[in-house]
Formats: sequence, structure tokens, C-alpha cells
Amino acid sequence: MRRNRGLVISNKVVKDENNSPRGLDRRQFLKFAGIAALAAVAGGSIAKLGFIKNDVQAEDNSTSSNQVLSQHQWAMVIDLRLCDGCGGCTEACSKEHYLTPGITWIKVYELTGSLGQKYYLPRPCMQCENAPCLRVCPVHATYKTPDGVIVVDQNICIGCRLCMGACPYAARYFNFKDPPPVPNTLPKPSPEWPVPQIRGTVGKCVFCIHDTRVGKLPACVTGCPMQAIYYGDLVTDLATNGREAYKLSTLIESNDAVRLKEELNTQPRVYYILGHGQDLNF
Amino acid sequence: MDNVYKDRAKLQEAAVRPILHGGRRFRLIALILAIIVAVGAGAYIYQLMHGLGVTGLNNDVFWGIYIISLVDIIGMSYGGAVVSAILRLAGAAWRAPITRLAEATALVTLIIGALFPIIDLGHPSHIWRLFVSPNPGSPILWDIIAILTYLIATVLFFYFPLIPDLAICRDSLGDKVGRWRKKIYTVLSLGWKGLPRQEKYLNWGIKIMSIIIIPLAVSVHSVLAWLFAVTSRPGWHSTIFAPYFVVAALFSGVAMVVLVVAGFRRAYHLENFIGEKQIRYLSYLMLILGVMYLYFTFSELFTEGYTLETTSVPVLAALLYGNYGPFFWLFAIGGGVIPVLLVAIPKTRTVTGLVVASALVVSTMWLKRFLIVVPTLRQALFPVSTQSYTGNFIEWAILIGALAAIPLILMLMFRVFPVISVHEVEEVEVKRSERQPELASGLEQA
Repeated sequence: MRRNRGLVISNKVVKDENNSPRGLDRRQFLKFAGIAALAAVAGGSIAKLGFIKNDVQAEDNSTSSNQVLSQHQWAMVIDLRLCDGCGGCTEACSKEHYLTPGITWIKVYELTGSLGQKYYLPRPCMQCENAPCLRVCPVHATYKTPDGVIVVDQNICIGCRLCMGACPYAARYFNFKDPPPVPNTLPKPSPEWPVPQIRGTVGKCVFCIHDTRVGKLPACVTGCPMQAIYYGDLVTDLATNGREAYKLSTLIESNDAVRLKEELNTQPRVYYILGHGQDLNF
Repeated sequence: MDNVYKDRAKLQEAAVRPILHGGRRFRLIALILAIIVAVGAGAYIYQLMHGLGVTGLNNDVFWGIYIISLVDIIGMSYGGAVVSAILRLAGAAWRAPITRLAEATALVTLIIGALFPIIDLGHPSHIWRLFVSPNPGSPILWDIIAILTYLIATVLFFYFPLIPDLAICRDSLGDKVGRWRKKIYTVLSLGWKGLPRQEKYLNWGIKIMSIIIIPLAVSVHSVLAWLFAVTSRPGWHSTIFAPYFVVAALFSGVAMVVLVVAGFRRAYHLENFIGEKQIRYLSYLMLILGVMYLYFTFSELFTEGYTLETTSVPVLAALLYGNYGPFFWLFAIGGGVIPVLLVAIPKTRTVTGLVVASALVVSTMWLKRFLIVVPTLRQALFPVSTQSYTGNFIEWAILIGALAAIPLILMLMFRVFPVISVHEVEEVEVKRSERQPELASGLEQA
């Protein structure tokens, strides 16, 4: 059980953009395994396909506008001490994105602590820096935007659902049915604004970057009556729940915020503030 | 049955019997199978029109009968290929009359099994993206490459030993067959005349394919396993998965070959050529693989059950004594213990007994794949309840249609191609009588 240790003075969130903590990330491992396999099986021709191509999207898009976008790296902090499980975030999100009933990009789990106490855990997409979903997509339909958000291009997605198997947080949803009709006043759909969803493809929480890039808060943040959800930026190191603003790193560190399933090395960008006996033991 | 092998005319007659004699029973069975296939095809068209929402899949159990059947049916294909390849390389003479059937089974089941990933796609019209923006790091891409390579190899592996037999058909069937079949024989036999040089190249080709097809089949089943094992889900994320899948494929594959061989043996009265020996030996092979498979299963469950990590407890509990317990024990007893006993006890070691054992294996291995896919998905990543999954009419119709397509295609195939590899049987016999004339004739009589 973790406890508050008071204020920790530090203003940097430790991030591992390039160096994973264990000195070997999956891409490097795949590169190694791939090269070994290729050497054993075939000649060099397949090597041109490259196990290095994973970042193709990010590299190809490195235009000036993307440099502007990458000046923000979005993150989220959810204060579980405040969450009362009302489901306001889910409702706001589903309404905003015209999701089919049953699809919950931010889902509130009702969990039981080790003492039998109930607590609630809202789960958006974790926007992992080391995202398992991204790696398994056979067609590069899912990719990371310059501001660090994993999105799905539903005009590419073939609907194989392997990313759903790979996601350890069950944050991805397949559109089995057509989404509800949307008014034609909405902006044109894009991976960052995937509304309406396309039947037969996978969708997920996009951190509302269509809003946050222009200075608006995500639907779940504004939809939370308890102001338990903070939206933040790792670069400018700020976070806000719409009412108060904090230094993001201080908010995380002084409250001993944790990330889910840290042992999987996914390096999520969503932090949880515990403190009411939540043990996250699952 | 002495001398039947050496009696060329009898052997040829038996091999081409299905080509010449369609008969009423053939047409009746083909018609029934075709109707079942048509229902399945109709179900798929309905699914194409209305999306995967018409299936019983949901956002918890997002993979179901299609993925289970993909693993299961491609697994069957492995048995045929490896029986034929390994036995050829090992020079096992008893294989000769069944290689054609084994290779055909491998080819047909592979084609049918490879349809399932496509059936499973949510947005199949985007499939061309696999070719314009492929991600070489995705297990799906490994699957596609492995399956396509294996498919080409299986076609060649079926085709090479067929060349001399096609020449026999070309030369001996004459006007007994229609124009289009005659044309097939002429074109596909590639001017085979049985020249020493042709024999040399053919044997070389078959040997190369026998060697190549084994690692290819291993690769297909390993990457299929990695589809699951590269995720971090309890029950899937297992180092044993690739070899586990390979053995599973061999196990169910050999059982499938037993069923096909026994079926065609009976339908076309091939008892003189395919003896009880062939079916019994195949069953022994199946048995060894079955014991290996149970050992792998035990090893996996035991190590997980001993540590009892929080995440794996619910999967294990559901599997051993929970919701899925009856199915698991049905698999363990029906697919393990009973087949072992049927093969082990001399009294039940008859063709009927062995066919029952194989049928049990083929069906319970589908169940086992169900137990690999579904319970893990039912075990939510957060401790909450999930939606159940049993498949619905659409999915079952497509599965049963696909299963019916296997015997149907095989039946149609042997309306064109000889059901026994005449050339190979003769070759094996010649070799054997050259090497050990007395022993060979002694064995024949035994």
C-alpha cells in the first residue's frame, strides 16, 4: 500500500522516449529476432522491407506543422479519491463521439479493494508510449500522433482485432454495428476526430485532441462533476481539471500517482491518484 | 493380397476407379455436401452485407469460431503434409498408398482454413491495405506470409508426385473421360514419359519439397501461436505456445488423415491397396502425438497452477472446474484417454475403432482450440464480469459449411486425379523386391 509522503519537489517527469528502462524495447528485440530469422531463412531481399519501418508514420509526417504539434505531449491524471463512479465521463464521451451504445471509450470499472471496499476506476486509453496495440496492427492503421496520442485511421483498419487482444487495458472497441446517425454540421471525420465511427473497424479514446489542440478540454474532463480528471501536457508541465491548474509533475509526484500495470512496460500517460485504499490489485 | 502391388493393371484400375465411376451415391453425397456449403456461403454473404454484428461476437469475446476454426483447420493440414513428407524421407514403405490422400487433405484443409482469417475480418474491403502498407512487425503479416508460402509448397508437394500418374491417365484412360479432363492430363503431365532423366528430376523435386515442407509447416503453426502469445493476456502469453500449436496441429492432422484415408478406402473399395496396416500405423503416430500434446497441456497448466498468479487464477478455475470445465474434461478424456485406449487395446484396434478414435480427436481438438481462445477473452483485464460467447447461427453455419467443403472438394478432386499414387507404390515395390526379395514377399503374405 502506497501512502502520501508529502510534497516531493521535482519538476521533471521522467520519461523514456528512446531509452526503455530495461535497455531493450520491443522494436529492438523484433529487429534482432527478425534479423536472426532472416539470416537463417532468406537472403537480404526481405530485409529491405525492414523491421525498422514501424516509425514510418512519425518520420514521414515530420513536417513543420507536426513539429508544432509535438510541442505538446498530452497526459492525464485521474484522482480516484474523488471519483464516485457516476459515469458522467463515459456519458459525455459517448455523446461527443456518437458512439454505439455499449462502446465506452472511457469506462468506469467498479472494483473491490482487499478490504472489501468498493472503489471506481475510470479507464480511458492509456496512450502508452510503448503501445502494444501499435506494434501488432498489420496495416499501420493505428499510429501515434506527434503529440503522443494513439489514433486509428478507420479508412485503413481491416478489422482484424489483434490490437484489441494486444491492449492490456481493454481500451479498444470494435464497431460491430453502425454508429448512431450524426448531424451533418460536424467537422469532416479524420483519425483525430473519428466521428462517426465506421462499422467493421476498431475505435478508441483519442484524448479529444481535436479539442485540446485548440485549447478546449476533453469531454470526459468537462463531463466529470467531481473534477476528478486532469488533462495535462508533459512538455509545458501543466494540468487542469477545468477548475484548478497544477504543475503536472508536482501533481503526479506529490500525490504518489501510479500507472496501471506498470510491470508490462507499456509506459502509460495516464496516472492515477490513489489514497482511499485502492490497491489496483488485478 | 500378395502381388497386387505388382499387378499394375489392378493397381491402376483401383486408382482411377473414382475418376470413372461417379455413380448415384457419389452424386447424392456431393449434393448434400454442396447444399451445406451453400448454406454456409449464404451465411457469409449475409455477414458481408450486415457486418460482424450479425455474429455472436462482442467487445469482450471479439474472437470466436472463426479464429478457432482457423487454427483448427489449418492444423489438420499439417498432419497430411508431415505424414507424407516425414514418411517419405524416412523411407517408410507403407506410406506409398496413402501419400496422395494425405497430400490432398493437406492442400484442401489449408485452402479452407486460410479462408477463416478473411471471414473474420471486420472490414474486408480494406484488405488491399495489407499489400500497400504492410507492417512487417505484425503477427498477422507473419501469418499471411507463412500461410501463402506453405500454400505454394503444398500445391507443389501435391503436384510433383502426381505428374507420372497424370501421364498414366493421359495414356490409359483414352476416351473414357471427357474432353476437359483429357486436356488436364495432357497439359499437367508435362510430357512425362518415364525417362530416367525425368525420374531423376522428379525424385529430386519431391525430396526437396519433403524437406522444405516440414519447417514451413512448423513456421505456419508457430506464427499462428504467436498471434496469441505476443499479447500479454493470461492464458495466451506463454512461451510454450508455438511448439504446443505445432504438436496440436500434427495430432489433429494425423487424425484427419486417418478419417480421409478410411473414408475413401471404404467408398472406393481400396482395401486391397490400403490395408489395415496403413490405418493402424497412422493411429500409432496419432497416439504418440496425442501423448505429447497431453504432456504439453499438463506442463502448461501445472506451472501456472503452481504459482497461481492473480491474473491466471480465473482462467485456470474456469477451465478446470468452472464454466468451461465440462469441455476441458471432455477434451482430456474424449481426445486423450479414450483414443489412447482404443488404439492400445488389441480388441478395439480395428478400422472402426481407429476411425472412432480419430473422429474423437478431430472433434475434441476443435474444442481445445475453443478453450484456448474463449476463456482467456472471458477473463476480463479488469475484475468485472464479461459477456458470454457461444457463437450463433451465422458462425456455426459458416463453420459447418466450411467443414462440408473439405470432403466435397476431395471427392471432386479424385474425380480428376488418381486416388492412389500409382507411380510411388510401384517404385516402393520395385525397390523393396530388389533389396530383399524373400523378405518382401514374406511380408506381403503376412
